[in-house]
Amino acid sequence: MTATKKDPVLVVLQLTGGNDYMNTVIPHADPLYREKRPVVGVADDRIIKLNDRIGLHPEVGPLKRFWDSGDMAIIHGVGYANSPRSHFRSMDIWHTCEPDKLGTEGWLGRATRDMDPNKDNVITAVNFGPSLPRALALPGVPVACVDDLDNFGMLTSIQEEMQRDKIIDRFTRLYSPTIGSGFVMDYLGQTGLDGLKAADILKVAPEQYSSTIEYPDTPIARKLKGISQVHQANLGTRVFYTDHGSFDSHSNQIGMHDGLWRDVSAAVGSFFDDLRENDSSDDVILLMFSEFGRRVHDNGSGTDHGAAGLVFVMGDRVQGGEYGEFPSTRPEDLEQGDLVPGTDFRGVYSSILENWMGLDANSIVGGAFEKPAFV
Amino acid sequence: MASQDIALMAHLMRRAGFGATREELETRAAAGYEATVEELLNPESQPAIDRYELVRYHPWTWRPGTIQGMGSAEWLYFMTNTKRPLEEKMALFWHQVFATGVSKVDHYDEITRMVALFREKGMGNYKELLLDIARNPAMIYWLDNFENHADAVNENWGRELLELFSMGVGTYTEVDVREASRAFTGWTFEPKLPRGPIGRHDWNFAYLPEDHDDGEKTFLGETGNFNGDDIINIICDHPATATFIARHLYNFFVADEAQVPAWQVIPPKDEAAIELLADAFIDSGSDLKAVLRVLFNSDFFKNARYARLKSPAEVVVGTLRLVGGFDFPAPGLGEMARQPTYMGQDLLNPPSVEGWHTGVEWINSGSLMRRINFTADMVSDVTRPGIRSMIDRMQAQGDLTPDTMVDSCLDLMGPLEVDGETRTELITHAAGGGNLTWGTNADVDASEQRISEMLQLIVSLRDYQYA
Repeated sequence: MTATKKDPVLVVLQLTGGNDYMNTVIPHADPLYREKRPVVGVADDRIIKLNDRIGLHPEVGPLKRFWDSGDMAIIHGVGYANSPRSHFRSMDIWHTCEPDKLGTEGWLGRATRDMDPNKDNVITAVNFGPSLPRALALPGVPVACVDDLDNFGMLTSIQEEMQRDKIIDRFTRLYSPTIGSGFVMDYLGQTGLDGLKAADILKVAPEQYSSTIEYPDTPIARKLKGISQVHQANLGTRVFYTDHGSFDSHSNQIGMHDGLWRDVSAAVGSFFDDLRENDSSDDVILLMFSEFGRRVHDNGSGTDHGAAGLVFVMGDRVQGGEYGEFPSTRPEDLEQGDLVPGTDFRGVYSSILENWMGLDANSIVGGAFEKPAFV
Repeated sequence: MASQDIALMAHLMRRAGFGATREELETRAAAGYEATVEELLNPESQPAIDRYELVRYHPWTWRPGTIQGMGSAEWLYFMTNTKRPLEEKMALFWHQVFATGVSKVDHYDEITRMVALFREKGMGNYKELLLDIARNPAMIYWLDNFENHADAVNENWGRELLELFSMGVGTYTEVDVREASRAFTGWTFEPKLPRGPIGRHDWNFAYLPEDHDDGEKTFLGETGNFNGDDIINIICDHPATATFIARHLYNFFVADEAQVPAWQVIPPKDEAAIELLADAFIDSGSDLKAVLRVLFNSDFFKNARYARLKSPAEVVVGTLRLVGGFDFPAPGLGEMARQPTYMGQDLLNPPSVEGWHTGVEWINSGSLMRRINFTADMVSDVTRPGIRSMIDRMQAQGDLTPDTMVDSCLDLMGPLEVDGETRTELITHAAGGGNLTWGTNADVDASEQRISEMLQLIVSLRDYQYA
């Protein structure tokens, strides 16, 4: 199956726990950086400089090749007003685009609905991980939730094929909607039926896959490899989601943050190498975000919860470069010791939804926001 | 035995424990509901698990240290075999509330010690438990209080103490977070030597007065030179704490609620029930046993049959207790202990300090498949004592028509309540093989196979995902 024109695909990598913006993309020329970060500050000679203002953390350094080739956008100071500084509330806000009231519908759930309103493909959205992120949650929208691509199948305990067919047929009838059974029963029913279909479709992905790229043996690399396998099988998946963490570096930040980014950088590098080797990269962009950045002043060992954060968007079709400005680190410009966001996260989503996915962003993110032109 | 008594007892045992075999339900129903509640609330009347017997066969369950994935086998064995089911259920409850994970702590022994603390004090006084948690080395490491110094405050523990462990978002200010954190400076543990070749050292609580900020603090409107225990006293006397714990207990034992971060905006499902439990908390001076007694004896509890979705731990342990044969510490324990992980609940390793998202958020296409595949695999084994006993009970009834066969299976698997259409589907499926008969050995084999298949269909039902 070869499509003449490939549909655009979004891969989201969520950096769970609050990635330290200021130590990922470092304002190396800012004297306040050194002053406020006596413990976790990265030594100047270790910073991978991108220009006379900013540089990458050494463990993010392997991604510099994407910057050099113009395939990496750095979006500065992303967030929203009045950060609650709670992981859970903040992640919910990023997932639902509802900073003022409690939302339950995810922005990518809505995007998936808009791309596939008749639910023709139960794997339009695929999550790699054991639990469904709220970003993808929307009643009635199927999402394949894959923990392990090789073990994704229903009632595999029944070996004998004819008997299995009979049971699966009965299962399908038992899971079919009944009137008035309530939201949770309906959700279970739909999830079971969608899962059954998804398993049937997805089983070809690992069978068809072949690549010379060897991914590192890390959890995030395994997830990105799974995404690559499904993407390369051309099954019509438009949204992939996965996560890595925890980036919650209150203490011993130095070793911890190094290790996290070492794994992420290596996995993301292998992922794009794999896609490029197999001529599958030009329809993919990768979004990396975290629920917030961290406090400017370190706490003697790590950094506490902050506000403005960092977004990376990568891919062959991305207009590389910096978008927005690094928020001021001057004490009088901080809010409760934190960087103030200059770019609304819903604007970043809007760029992706409209300029990349070709969707109407306003209805998905709940309003019009300035769109950085990285794609 | 009235079938209503069995159904109510089955409900109690699913919630206050991990389910029970029909034999156990009959014994308990004969003893009476309130007597059973009292027995569950007073676990010391029953023998504890012999940890040494387990270690004799599975030496690695003893202090797994830093070996990835090895930590929860002992706990799974405890949950599956305990004669004190509520004690283990409360340990699971507190593990969900004080969610602490090996992903960061990297020291199973200390998290296992925390579970042992839940076992010991989980039904005691909440204030005492919270104070022990504040002094628990795994928690101190998990939330960085060992890096909370007089001259460099680290807010992680102070914030989560208020947000997730006692009062809930919206009941305190950012200043309260700061002041609480200051009061806990100097609360640390030792030794903090790095991980060595054979794992980490044992950790013990340590209080360093020289690293404690002894200055004046204003917390929740009160001012003084507070230390950590003063903060805990103020928190425990605050009405928000009574309501917060009541809502947690309701969500865990009675019916699925909204997720914790939503509690500040979404009111409880049953305000009167929360009020009743919160009053019991306040009146008893935060005695958890008193609150649980009110809960289990209340009508809102008794009427909440199948009103919550099982957690993965409940799916796995409930199934193992039902099919039986896991009392001897046999090989395969490690693989069983990994099953909840496959379904989205890696015990001793929650995704974050918020714990797991519960209720309908347990369910996605992948986790539902894992649930169904695991339970179907377990109940398909007719040599398991629990399944054997069901077959024997059915054989004792003589030949069975398809509808009596389905009704018997549903009864013995719960009793599980299903709607008319589902029952009809199951009967149609059963009718494909005619009546169940037991005349010849071949009849018996065929009937066993058909029962096994029916049980696999039943555990695949949506209805079976509810507790």
